[in-house]
Amino acid sequence: MSSRYRSPNLDRRSFVKVVTTVLGSIMAAIIGLPMIQFFISPALKKLTGDNWVSLGLLENYPLDVPTPFHFTQTRVNGWERSSQSYGAFILRRTGEEVIVFSDVCTHLSCRVSWDVEKEEFFCPCHAAFFDKFGEVVSGPPPRPLDRYEIKLEGDQLFIHLREG
Amino acid sequence: MVQSIFAWLDERLDLTGIYTTVLDRKVPKVNWWFTLGSASLFLGLLQGITGILLSVYYVPTPDHAYDSITYIMTGVQFGWLIRGLHHWGASLLILTAFIHMLRVFFYGAYKYPREFTWITGVVLLIGALGMGFTGYLLPWNQRSYWATTVGTEIAGTVPVVGNFILRVLRGGTDLSAVTLSRFYSLHIWFFPALIITAVLIHLYLIIRLGISHIPEKDS
Repeated sequence: MSSRYRSPNLDRRSFVKVVTTVLGSIMAAIIGLPMIQFFISPALKKLTGDNWVSLGLLENYPLDVPTPFHFTQTRVNGWERSSQSYGAFILRRTGEEVIVFSDVCTHLSCRVSWDVEKEEFFCPCHAAFFDKFGEVVSGPPPRPLDRYEIKLEGDQLFIHLREG
Repeated sequence: MVQSIFAWLDERLDLTGIYTTVLDRKVPKVNWWFTLGSASLFLGLLQGITGILLSVYYVPTPDHAYDSITYIMTGVQFGWLIRGLHHWGASLLILTAFIHMLRVFFYGAYKYPREFTWITGVVLLIGALGMGFTGYLLPWNQRSYWATTVGTEIAGTVPVVGNFILRVLRGGTDLSAVTLSRFYSLHIWFFPALIITAVLIHLYLIIRLGISHIPEKDS
C-alpha cells in the first residue's frame, strides 16, 4: 500500500479495531438489554392494586380499643391469581377521629396482634411491642406501625390500599 | 491394547503433561487445614451430581413442588439418600468453604501474588450463599416460604432501589409461582454458571501460582 493512501490520524489496523469494537458493542447491547429487561420485567410493571376498601360503619368500632379487621383481595402475580389476606386495626377516638393501623410489623413484615392485657401490639417473630398509637415500645422495629390513609363517606369508613 | 490406546491419546492430548501439571505440583509442607479447598470442591461436585438427579423428579410449581419432594422422599428408591446428600452437603459446603477462607486469611495466603485467587474465592462464597438462598425456597413448605419472604424483605430495605430489588427477586410484589420459578432457574442455571466459571479461574490460579507455605514464626 502506497503511503499516499495512509491517513495521518488513523491507520487501517486501528480503523478496523474501532469499527469492530463499536459494532460489537452495538450488537451486544441489542441482544443484552432485552435479556436484562426479560429478567427484571415483573419489577417494571405498573402497580395496579390501588383502591379504597370499606371497613363498614364507623360506629360499629368500640372507642379507644384497637379492633382488628381482616379482608382479602385478589392479587395477580405473573400467571397466578391468588387471594391475599390483609389485616388492619381500627383505633376509634372520640367522635370522627380514627386511626387505622396496618398489622404488618415494620421490622420484617410479620403480623402483629393486640394484647388486651398489656394494651400493646405484639409481634411474635422478634418480640416487638408497639403502644396503642403504634409507637415502638421495645424490640427491633425501625419505625412505628404504618397507618392507612382513611376517608369517611357518611358513616362508612374506608382505607386506601396501595400495592407494593 | 490399553497401553497403545493411551499412548495414541497421550501423543495427541498430552495427558501426562496435564497429570504432571495438575497433580505432581510442587507443594510446601502443609497441614490438614489445607485440605478444605479440595473438600469444598468435592462437596460442590457432589451438589452438582445430586442436584442433577433431583431435577429428574422435582417440579418447580406451587402445585407440585412440595408433592414432588414428598415423592422423592417416599416413592423413589434411594430418593431419601440423594436428597439427604444434597440437603446436608449444602450446609457442609458452606462450612468447609468458610473454614477454608479463615485458613487463607489467618495464614496470609491471600497476599501477593494471590490477591485475585482471593477475589475469585469471594465470588465463590457469594455464589454458594446464593445457591443456599435460592435452594431454600424450592421445597415450598412453610419454613422455606417464610424464610424467603423475610429474606427478600431484607433485600427490600436497601435505600432508594430496595423496592425494585425486592420486585426483581420476587418477580412481582408478592412471593408467588413466579418467585419459585425464577429461584429454580437461578439455582440450576445462573449460579452454577457463575460458580463453574469462578472455580475454573480459582483452580487455574492455584496451579499457576502454587500454594503458599505456612507462615514462619517471628524471631
